[in-house]
Amino acid sequence: MTTAQKAPAWYRSFWNLDAAFRGLMTLAAVAVLAIVGLILAELMQRSSLAWHAFGLHFFFNSAWDPVSGSFGALPFIYGTVVSSLIALVIAVPLAIAVAVFTTEMCPRPLRKPIAFATELLAAIPSVIYGLWAMFILVPIFRVYVEPFCIKYLGWSGLFAGQPYGIGMLTAGTVLAIMIIPIISSIAREVLLVVPQNQREAALALGATRWEMIRVAVLGNARAGIVGAIILGLGRALGETIAVTMVIGNTPQIAKSLLAPGYTMASVLANEFAEATDDLYRSALVEVGLALFIVTIVVNILAGLLVWSVTRGNPVSSHAQ
Amino acid sequence: MPTAVEVRGLKAWFGKTEALHGIDMTVESNHATAVIGPSGCGKSTFIRCLNRMHETNPEAKAEGQVHIGGTDIYGVPAVDVRRRVGMVFQKPNPFPTMSIYDNVAAGLKLNGTRSRQTLDEAVERSLQQAAIWDEVKDVLKKKSGASLSGGQQQRLCIARALAVNPEVLLMDEPASALDPISTAKIEDLIFELKQKLTIVIVTHNMQQASRVAEYTGFFLMGDLVEFDKTEKIFTNPSDKRTEDYITGRFG
Amino acid sequence: MPSKYVQIRRRVIDHFFTGLAASLSVVVVGALVAIFAYLVIRGAGSLNWDFLTKIPKPVGENGGGMANALVGSIMILAIASTIGVPFGIAAGVYLAEFGRGRLGKLVRFTADVLNGVPSIVIGLVAWGLVVVRQQHFSALAGGVALAIMMVPTISRTTESMLLLVPHSVREAAFGLGIPQWRTIVSIVVPSARAGIITGVMLAFARIAGETAPLIFTAFGNQFWSLSPNQPIAALPLQIYTYALSAYDEWHRLAWAGSLILVVMIVGTTSLVRFVFLRRMLGGAR
Repeated sequence: MTTAQKAPAWYRSFWNLDAAFRGLMTLAAVAVLAIVGLILAELMQRSSLAWHAFGLHFFFNSAWDPVSGSFGALPFIYGTVVSSLIALVIAVPLAIAVAVFTTEMCPRPLRKPIAFATELLAAIPSVIYGLWAMFILVPIFRVYVEPFCIKYLGWSGLFAGQPYGIGMLTAGTVLAIMIIPIISSIAREVLLVVPQNQREAALALGATRWEMIRVAVLGNARAGIVGAIILGLGRALGETIAVTMVIGNTPQIAKSLLAPGYTMASVLANEFAEATDDLYRSALVEVGLALFIVTIVVNILAGLLVWSVTRGNPVSSHAQ
Repeated sequence: MPTAVEVRGLKAWFGKTEALHGIDMTVESNHATAVIGPSGCGKSTFIRCLNRMHETNPEAKAEGQVHIGGTDIYGVPAVDVRRRVGMVFQKPNPFPTMSIYDNVAAGLKLNGTRSRQTLDEAVERSLQQAAIWDEVKDVLKKKSGASLSGGQQQRLCIARALAVNPEVLLMDEPASALDPISTAKIEDLIFELKQKLTIVIVTHNMQQASRVAEYTGFFLMGDLVEFDKTEKIFTNPSDKRTEDYITGRFG
Repeated sequence: MPSKYVQIRRRVIDHFFTGLAASLSVVVVGALVAIFAYLVIRGAGSLNWDFLTKIPKPVGENGGGMANALVGSIMILAIASTIGVPFGIAAGVYLAEFGRGRLGKLVRFTADVLNGVPSIVIGLVAWGLVVVRQQHFSALAGGVALAIMMVPTISRTTESMLLLVPHSVREAAFGLGIPQWRTIVSIVVPSARAGIITGVMLAFARIAGETAPLIFTAFGNQFWSLSPNQPIAALPLQIYTYALSAYDEWHRLAWAGSLILVVMIVGTTSLVRFVFLRRMLGGAR
């Protein structure tokens, strides 16, 4: 075989096709990176007007008045945080209960059906949650729940004012139902990953079943459960439609949980299409940018926690 | 001498499969009894019946009589049985999110012991008995159970089991996952421990059985083929099947 | 030996927590039942032929339907799929076949990040990229927004499914002299075909219910429209608008629309997850 002899044409063309194919696939993958970069760039560019006008003060100002051109995002930050916290307070015990019940306690034939039912909650679109909340939950809150809270829990200062039915508490409740499946399914994964011999170690010491769960299962899965909760938080922070339909859309900061409020996502949904001047729109985009950054940070934190427990075993895609 | 464990007609199932076909065995207290046999013969199933761990498998069932210290273990809550019968597993399983101290104290805390002094004493005693006290006494609360080496973890698990003062200690191939030096340490431990309690040890290592146990039971396919003094089993077995196993014809 | 009192207390606590976990689980399943029940109660009565074939009547008049929204949704989803599916599958192919290194890790991480971005923000970006350039709302803009949302899900499930194909299959092909690109396209991908399709279906079902990204991209339309360059109605968007309106008639339509939407989405998702995935992964999940 002499040297410096070119490989036959068909051989060379195969190699080129390989490279071309690989290049094409790589392009698609890089495009994923580009999308996120594009999102960031768009948000930053379109919010720069507001950023230059208000600076950091934008996030501490509580007056949102498009008419006079004064834009402060604090009410939305407050609304987002409080509604999400309410959601967590309600959702976490329920979600963990379902996770523990279906992995450790419940009779085997019931496990998959209950887990399935819980995950079905995740498949329901947000607008339908909103519709249901508006027409079913709100009247119940207005007639029963809120008067009850005012009467018996009013001393705390958290439940005051008129029982409208719409408001922070209702929004937090709907959010809670929506994030239960996410927290629960990841918590289940994390609990299932605990090795069986840890459970046996506890049982062999004479632990009751609950003690075994507490010591061996929950103790081992701690970090992952925290991750699941934070992931639920991430979802709650970004949830738009259902919240918009029941929160009252009033840019105010009120101590009472029964008061109407406004979240970062809701103000975008409600006001962006009607925003007339550039500054208004830019302020809204800046709210969107803040929401983007906050949810990304929260999701990354959650992902790290969950990964540390499941060690990179893929968390199922039906978590989102 | 009072017998520690008295087994009569013990049968066990996994679902429809019968894994133990009626075992009769008497285990002497303050002695070590080895349980040997090829893989799948039922030796692990057997000792897991002795502390009712067998039934933690949802499809498992057991029948027959097991008396420990005179009490029928199927007549009292399983939780009580497991307090009096400790277990050490094949793969060391310390609780990784707890410190060494908390690992050893775990059994006591579950049983309601609150006094800091009682716990301190029990932890030290157990770690001494497990021959690991000197190695960990300075880092009891600082190091987690999982940060020790394999051999140390197993001794920690032994200490954890000893802390609740069991009458019987079951050991399911405790050294099979360990290096020779750790194995030797654990065998030395067994010598010491059997003065205070009764040990039943499953092992696939026949030399280990002859080193540590006075009595040995040979299991084959769910039956207890022969049970006698260890010396006799290994030098002059009565049953041909035992002889075949000992001489390495199978298993 | 611990006291009798302690032992009884431990047993009581054990039973208490079992009961607590069980009751809370019932509450959660109960919520699900409550939602479905009301959807059927409020929506089933309004589901009729008119609903499926007519466009909304002017305000104040009874009757009419959401036909334009149904068609509009199909159109937006078609545009989204045309962009998002090839994209997502290609990215998934990269991750599975070429992406074991640093770029692969970065892309995987970014895809997960993208998955968590609120859908309203994605709508905002699509607004900036398409609506502003075109100077009007359009089905195209809506499609772009939804396509962006499809990519992370599709690429990750495609990757998982491709990784399930045993490496020996690829090696057999290489041994026969088949070039890598050909192996992937003609052998590996087709054998993972069922899994990839289910991944696409799951992503599709998810975006079919999205409202937020369409608010200022597709914008909605009271009339028939089949043009990708015009504002267009979509089922979730229409439900949203009607629900927030003050007219009972529109509320009625919103319930009916919701029933259809839920049946389609939840039906697809359950079917996919519990029939196909279970069969494919051999009951692993």
